[in-house]
Amino acid sequence: MPLLEVRDLKKYFPVRAGLFRRTKAQLRAVDGVSFRIEKGRTLGLVGESGCGKSTLGRAILRLHEPSSGDILLNGRSIIDVPRSGMMGLRRQMQMIFQDPYSSLSPRRTVAQTIREPLDVHGIGTREERRRQVDRLLDIVSMGPQVRDRYPHEFSGGQRQRIGIARALALNPEFIVADEPVSALDVSVQSQVLNLIADLKRDMGIAFLFISHDLAVIQHVSDDVGVMYLGRLVEFASAQDLYRDPQHPYTKALMAAIPVPEPGRKRTRLVVKGEVPSPIDPPAGCPFHTRCEQVKAVCSVKRPLAVDVGASGRPHLVSCHLYGDGGQ
Amino acid sequence: MTLSDLNPLKSAAVRDALDGKASQSLWRQAARRFRRNRAAMASLAILFVIAATSILVPVFWPNGIEETYWESILIPPTFENFHWFGTDSNGRDLLVRVFYGGRISLTIGLLTTVVALLIGVTYGAIAGFAGGYTDSIMMRFVDVLYSLPLLFFIIILVTIFGRNIYLVFVAIGAIEWLTMSRIVRGQTLSVVTKEYVESAVAIGLSRTAILVRYIIPNVLGPVVVYVSLLIPTNIIIESYLSFLGLGVQEPLTSWGLLISQGAGHIDSAPWLLIFPATMLAITMFCFNFIGDGLRDALDPR
Repeated sequence: MPLLEVRDLKKYFPVRAGLFRRTKAQLRAVDGVSFRIEKGRTLGLVGESGCGKSTLGRAILRLHEPSSGDILLNGRSIIDVPRSGMMGLRRQMQMIFQDPYSSLSPRRTVAQTIREPLDVHGIGTREERRRQVDRLLDIVSMGPQVRDRYPHEFSGGQRQRIGIARALALNPEFIVADEPVSALDVSVQSQVLNLIADLKRDMGIAFLFISHDLAVIQHVSDDVGVMYLGRLVEFASAQDLYRDPQHPYTKALMAAIPVPEPGRKRTRLVVKGEVPSPIDPPAGCPFHTRCEQVKAVCSVKRPLAVDVGASGRPHLVSCHLYGDGGQ
Repeated sequence: MTLSDLNPLKSAAVRDALDGKASQSLWRQAARRFRRNRAAMASLAILFVIAATSILVPVFWPNGIEETYWESILIPPTFENFHWFGTDSNGRDLLVRVFYGGRISLTIGLLTTVVALLIGVTYGAIAGFAGGYTDSIMMRFVDVLYSLPLLFFIIILVTIFGRNIYLVFVAIGAIEWLTMSRIVRGQTLSVVTKEYVESAVAIGLSRTAILVRYIIPNVLGPVVVYVSLLIPTNIIIESYLSFLGLGVQEPLTSWGLLISQGAGHIDSAPWLLIFPATMLAITMFCFNFIGDGLRDALDPR
């Protein structure tokens, strides 16, 4: 049984306009995404900005209410759990945020910030909570002397580690990390990435790691999902995906990674045009408007996920070039 | 953990902590910046003196507030019989009345501001945090009240309930919280998009707790500045209501009422206008300097 299973998850935002704010259209931020995450594994989710990867992460934690689909945590559906019943689930699922400058309240000390989840869930006595805060600070390599400091006294990387300590306070099994390093300097990124890798190894936490940085994703992920316009276009183990990308979009993304090898010629695969609007996404395959290998069927029929895995591991591609459409 | 390479000792905050330097909350930093502002600190001191004398002088001054001295009507300022500010047309000592009027004016200014603060912050934060239709309905209600002219509103209140000092509180409070709620709502709208609010949802905090612990503390900066400007505004409103005869009634008095009476004697007894008007003006200046100082201290950009 996978730790987390997402089935055909959709999140539409109503686009309201006019005097009475009637719903004029739907913005399809997440448009039917399915995947599984096993215990202690990291799924990397990669895609351009605006492709719905952050919305997907927030929908799983129900920070945004999903429009339809199902989410199973340890085999139990959490989609219909009422707000009052979310407390228990909050202990199992946490989130690390993108911007360390806005994810900590400037009015609360480090200790207050980290202890708060324990207070809310009534875990431990006062003294136990205090010790737990020190332990968490130690895990993120900060000493107990920072307890009474305020967030503005720290650098971005340190703040991000405070945010991680807060997310760890409840001992979650699963953490959504929404671009946790994209707001940090490159020199600090590796510290936070290594910390996340340690947490996965030592505490067995599963991650949904969201990023637009292919190199970061490769570094941290066991499996990788590639998102385009609210849909998962390719899903495979990190090894397979980076060695042998299948979807034309993934291929173009891979081709855009700079290679630190002087003299090596890059085969440039330029994707033409702009990302279409998620308010009015193209019919059929969402990528057909920009695809080099577009066929007649692409604009008509939405491609289904096909397993093209050769190594025994699943390698799913949603593209008419494969499976039945490829014949 | 194999993270010793992170070397947290490099951080300034950690070094400060090891040196035993006190941690600085944003409020404490603002207080330090405020203390460096001379005009604001001087204003604060003057205001403190005005408030203290307004409380103490009517208690200790040899002349009573309602005592009339028939032998000395409309005499100019003199050291005789402690009529330092002179006397009014009823032969009452002006000095004690000016300070007593200060009591009333300052009290009204403070209390109406507290009322406006409590209602405005709660209302605005709830509207901004709730969003959607709730927000629209709540703010349209504010718009409707806003369109009601203050004077008109007070005349209606006075006609219905008769002249009463408490009506002044109610009337000013009822109008002034509107601006406060708009300010707070605007701030709230920007605060709710911050990730720390999402993180509060993610750890399972209730909406009320998020409002109290996260939203309100983070919108208070501009509110504090507005409060320091609202107190003098409310004192002025009280003054013009009293000036028009709609506010404080004799034998109670306030700066507005004293100014109104003084204006009637501007040719024959100018001191009746000069003393209360000067007190009012000094108070206004002080509050405005303090407001400026607070704004600089709370929003250092």
